[in-house]
Amino acid sequence: MFQIIDSNGKLVGLDPNLDEKLLKEMYWWMVYARMADDKALKLQRQGRIGTFPPTTGQEATQVGSGLATDKEDWIFPAFRELGTYLLRGIPLEKMFLYFMGDVRGNIIPENVRNLPMYVPVSTQIPQAVGAAYGMKLSNKKNAVVCFFGDGATSKGDFSEGLNFAGIFNTPNVFICQNNQWAISVPRKKQTASKTIAQKAIAYGFPGILVDGNDVLAMYLATKEALERAKSGDGPTLIEAYTYRLRMHTTADDPTRYRTDEELKEWEQRDPITRFRIYLESLGIWSKEWQKELETKAEDMIKKAIEKAENIEELKPEDLFSYMYLEMNPSLTEQLDYLKKMLATKEIEENSEKIEGGFP
Amino acid sequence: MNMVEAINNALHNEMKSDDKVLIIGEDVGKDGGVFRVTDGLIQEFGEDRVIDSPLAESGIVGFAIGLALYGFKPIAEIQFMGFLWPCLDQLSSHASRIRNRTWGRYTVPLVVRAPYGGGVRALEHHAESFESILAHIPGLKVVIPSNPYDAKGLLISSIRDPDPVVFLEPKRIYRGFKEEVPEEAYIEEIGKAKVLVEGDDLTLVGWGSMIPKILKARELMLEKGIKAEVIDIRSISPYDYHTVHKSVEKTGRIVVVQEAPRTLGFASEIISRINDNEMLNLKAPAFRVTGFDVPFPYYKMEEWAMPDLDRIIKASRQVLKW
Ligand SMILES: Cc1ncc(C[n+]2csc(CCOP(=O)(O)OP(=O)(O)O)c2C)c(N)n1
Ligand SMILES: [Mg+2]
Repeated sequence: MFQIIDSNGKLVGLDPNLDEKLLKEMYWWMVYARMADDKALKLQRQGRIGTFPPTTGQEATQVGSGLATDKEDWIFPAFRELGTYLLRGIPLEKMFLYFMGDVRGNIIPENVRNLPMYVPVSTQIPQAVGAAYGMKLSNKKNAVVCFFGDGATSKGDFSEGLNFAGIFNTPNVFICQNNQWAISVPRKKQTASKTIAQKAIAYGFPGILVDGNDVLAMYLATKEALERAKSGDGPTLIEAYTYRLRMHTTADDPTRYRTDEELKEWEQRDPITRFRIYLESLGIWSKEWQKELETKAEDMIKKAIEKAENIEELKPEDLFSYMYLEMNPSLTEQLDYLKKMLATKEIEENSEKIEGGFP
Repeated sequence: MNMVEAINNALHNEMKSDDKVLIIGEDVGKDGGVFRVTDGLIQEFGEDRVIDSPLAESGIVGFAIGLALYGFKPIAEIQFMGFLWPCLDQLSSHASRIRNRTWGRYTVPLVVRAPYGGGVRALEHHAESFESILAHIPGLKVVIPSNPYDAKGLLISSIRDPDPVVFLEPKRIYRGFKEEVPEEAYIEEIGKAKVLVEGDDLTLVGWGSMIPKILKARELMLEKGIKAEVIDIRSISPYDYHTVHKSVEKTGRIVVVQEAPRTLGFASEIISRINDNEMLNLKAPAFRVTGFDVPFPYYKMEEWAMPDLDRIIKASRQVLKW
């Protein structure tokens, strides 16, 4: 497994000699993502956002690979990449909006080359390959990074996508966030392969197993894979070995299927703690700086919530206007009907209490 | 029992009485299913019969078809109907037609269970209703209960059925209410609609999670002296048009309520059949209250997207005063 710093924050690989600014940036995004995740969990418990999938524990995977990716490269995500999402320049309020059941959370800023979240598992993979093929055809020296989980590797879309990538030698970097679980199904029940990385061999390109809780290893591995992709050497599969420290989603109860010991063990390998120790050993981290980052993050999170919660109300038109470039007669009729129904509403249903979790 | 408990109880009865019955799906074992519908089954029947599958819907259904061809009685769970799309190939190209292709030499006694429908503040892709697409596949049966009692009886029928059945569970009312459900096995016949309340003034027809709304609408209309007859069709394939048509012959007025998008929903089929057979018995055009032709929206807009009491009553009034 490719590693630069171990779980105690000790340098065990080659010193990458990255500049201080980048190291600080890595740390900042991890802290920001973790704090935003904490806050989202609280908001969910207060009923201010709906079901959402926490990202805690996977920050190094997301931040390391995200910072290695150029602004001109594209990202096809799954749904548990908050770190990457934020550092690419998508404002946090978009994430809140999305989980508040507001479709406007999907409107990615014009200058950000990320697709919105993909909920049907694995479906982004062949699409990421198609986009990369398009890039190649257009002689662009960029690449497409595609994220998915360990569970996603079981679906046909994964096999089909990686097979296409191998055949067409596309500029893709596939990042599998192996967080050891797909809801209640452990990694070993997902595939009989010893590693996920080794699956790449069958498709005719390299796969590499990386310590996904080591932000430096993730950064370097992604950087190298992107260079390969951009110089025409084809795709790479990166298996980021990490762990989901929280529930699958807020509707999930992990005590039903995993042990406390396992959780404790992985808490010892927390990606942020280990990187902090490393930065401290370099004289970069200090308590004051930590405080500074936390204050900044708190402020940004607070503003994001305010923005998301005070967004203007949706209108009936919003349900229909974006179906096609132009409304068709049937949709126009349905919109008119809805407006009329809302305007003449006589019976307010007391919305029944809804129980039962869903992931 | 509530609906979750009734379905769990049905699964338990059938697994106990027939060791050919197996369950396969994502998180159905240790986790007991994300809605806990299969809770406790793995503890009683073991990992060989309650199978936690890899994350692969098409694989789950294909695998279950293989088991069925070999003589088992698999029950495949698809976690949410929105993730059933990849299974359409296996269902339409194989499960639904192997009997026909081989003149009965091979058959697929398979059940595919999936929770469907909106109104639970879910994430996108967790609230679809595309039952009519399934019913459009010749050779599949499509069963949709609206209460715990029927859920158990219909599921047991589905498991014992010699042909493939898609069993859709209205998750909005999974835990909505409880009713008396016998512990022992019993069946409710597939393809029989049920008149839930009789009435002479108009016929209200629906299925699944629309039924509690329709019943409430009837209650409110009754205060104004309007007596609606309410029919739960319970299975859209096969569809028991006799029961619906008999009612229309009496009332001459009908409103069909459907959560799914409007165009080509099952309401269209119901009304089309009325057109074929009951045109001259109608005192007003057959109406439908439906969802819209949009993807089921994120939850801020979901109440807009579903038929509600208000819309059911307005449509009824229109039909009544025609
Ligand atoms: C096709 C499909 N099937 C089922 C689901 C429900 N579901 C959501 S996430 C998930 C597990 C995903 O596991 P993995 O790919 O490892 O990603 P992780 O959740 O661990 O980030 C499941 C089964 C889904 N979203 N899409
Ligand atoms: Mg996972």
